[in-house]
Amino acid sequence: MSVAGAPAGPALGQAAGPAPESATRSGGLTPYFLLLPLGLALVVFFLLPLLSQLNSSLTSGGLEEGYTFDWAFGNYVEVWVDYWPQFLRSFLYAATATLLALLIAYPLAYTIAFTVGERWRPVLLVLVVAPFFTSFLIRTLAWTTVLADDGWVVAALRASGLLFLTDGVGLTSDGRVLATPLAVILGLTYNLLPFMTLPLYASLAGQDRSLLQASGDLYATAWHSFWKITWPLSLPGVVSGTLLTFIPATGDYINATFLGSMRESMAGNVIDALFLRVRDYNHAAALSISLMVAIVALVVHYVRRAGTEDLV
Amino acid sequence: MTATQTPPQADAATSTGNSLDIRGLRKHYGSFAAVDGIDLTVPEGSFFALLGPSGCGKTTTLRLVAGLEEPTAGEIRIGGADIAHLRPHQRPVNTVFQSYALFPHLTVFENVAFGLRRRKEKGIDARVHEMLELVELQHLAGRKPSQLSGGQQQRIAVVRALVNRPKVLLLDEPLGALDLKLRRQLQLELKRIQTEVGTTFVHVTHDQEEAMTMADTIAVLNKGKVEQIGAPVDLYENPRTAFVAGFLGQSNLLSVHVVSRDASTVVLDFHGVRLTMPAARLSASGTAVEAGVRPEKISMAELGRAPAGTNAIDGQIIDASFIGVSTQYVVQSLADPEEELTVFSQNTSTQLHQVGDRVSVHWHPEHTFGLHEGAWIEADAAEIAS
Repeated sequence: MSVAGAPAGPALGQAAGPAPESATRSGGLTPYFLLLPLGLALVVFFLLPLLSQLNSSLTSGGLEEGYTFDWAFGNYVEVWVDYWPQFLRSFLYAATATLLALLIAYPLAYTIAFTVGERWRPVLLVLVVAPFFTSFLIRTLAWTTVLADDGWVVAALRASGLLFLTDGVGLTSDGRVLATPLAVILGLTYNLLPFMTLPLYASLAGQDRSLLQASGDLYATAWHSFWKITWPLSLPGVVSGTLLTFIPATGDYINATFLGSMRESMAGNVIDALFLRVRDYNHAAALSISLMVAIVALVVHYVRRAGTEDLV
Repeated sequence: MTATQTPPQADAATSTGNSLDIRGLRKHYGSFAAVDGIDLTVPEGSFFALLGPSGCGKTTTLRLVAGLEEPTAGEIRIGGADIAHLRPHQRPVNTVFQSYALFPHLTVFENVAFGLRRRKEKGIDARVHEMLELVELQHLAGRKPSQLSGGQQQRIAVVRALVNRPKVLLLDEPLGALDLKLRRQLQLELKRIQTEVGTTFVHVTHDQEEAMTMADTIAVLNKGKVEQIGAPVDLYENPRTAFVAGFLGQSNLLSVHVVSRDASTVVLDFHGVRLTMPAARLSASGTAVEAGVRPEKISMAELGRAPAGTNAIDGQIIDASFIGVSTQYVVQSLADPEEELTVFSQNTSTQLHQVGDRVSVHWHPEHTFGLHEGAWIEADAAEIAS
């Protein structure tokens, strides 16, 4: 019975045969040539700045006394000691916002992909992206109005007693939402929601619907079908969605600036302040590099754990 | 044009065991009747094919039995119990889907074990391996479906359903995605599996050869209704409707008049030529009817040399296509140039007839079947649809 696939094998091989030959005839360097613009862009806009930053993170001195490169690893120790709370907050807020975004985006993407009719699907997808037509800054600033202390949202939250609850956990304080962790997390969630929704939608919409009929035929309830079929098959979307949300959220400082206070400042705020206001480039660079390394380490660990390359 | 023939145990009341009985089944989508009153009985342990062109209602019928669609009216009984309104997983049936619908993230083993795990059955390992052995794919238990060939995926889809020991296995065009050679091979394989496990198979297909190769009984469906039910040979040799005559192979249909009919024989007139046929093979009443004969049943002799006792028509060859094992001739009747007969002639001699030759085509009266007047129009349409 193993011969079943055999006829296809040689036929495929033959079909694929001429293609590489013609590729070599036109010169083995062509692919590299085509990659050149990308390579150059990466060198100029990523590698060189990164090296420059690495250099300044290991440099001591300042604007007045001048800079000397002396492997000043002390810069790193100093930023860790001084700014570990902001650092930690970055990851905590980003993780919470990512989780919230996943909880909101999954049902949304599922509905668009599975339950909405063919006609409405494109409309809803445009609506998901629609907020991007307004600037990031304006959208974030708009939330200060929505969450204003005397606005109806906060009034409703107060009246329902929900605010009392979040006050208790420390997400909000003094019966207000603005300038609390909750506001920053909500802002991050809102701003990054499309980055979560679209990959999830793509992985859900690509699923073969007959799989659910098959699992139903094989005695699975709707609940089982979801957890055994739909969810595992959407994991690639979950992984890319969470990465696209978590990474920008960790480095973000706009939300913390407008929706938070000093108590909510994140690593991004510190880097912003050190670079642009204090002009302490060495420590700013050290903090940036630390943040980057931490994110990369977390992401690598996460992707390994998720093991998405094993799927499909 | 309803079911004119049903296998022996047609009566639902007398059917026993786990036969599948469908009575008055209807499925309407708005004003469109996809399934328009179907009655059929599938005896336990048989290989039953639902055959018809796309849109004839065969897949809808299968989905109604599977529980993937809710019937508008009618009964679906398995072993006497009406299952028409049960949920899919409550029915003693399993389905092999057209696209196989194998779970891409699970191994072959887990795919096959899926139904057993959901029902928390015992001895899963043994049962899965027994099934994989049945299709000789034990060595692929740890693979993912994407690592299998089309034929292997198809076999896994079959055993994934069979492992649950359904009373009826439903196959929805299971070979449709495969190339011709593989399809032939898997037809035999499916037939072998069915014989080995003895489960009732209901197979939906639009491929008449596939249905005839595999099935014990075929129901030919057209426009949501059953045209004819019977063994492949019966359907082919004695089509009762124009649709069946055209859908299952080619047929020649001649406009004739009934001269006389008694209990055993009907005498027909074709432009002064007397043709005879068994009375049982004429399904139309009235005097104007059509006499049909399959192209391979016709022989050719020199003009006027047709053997006695045969139905013979004189004509002229207007087209000949040499195919190798056989030659396909088109013979135009001398009496009526409107009437042409297609003849498949085995190339047993190297002397072939030429275009322009005048010949007597003849066939055994037993091979004649009779249909109603104008049947050739429906038969032509059915032949194009097949």
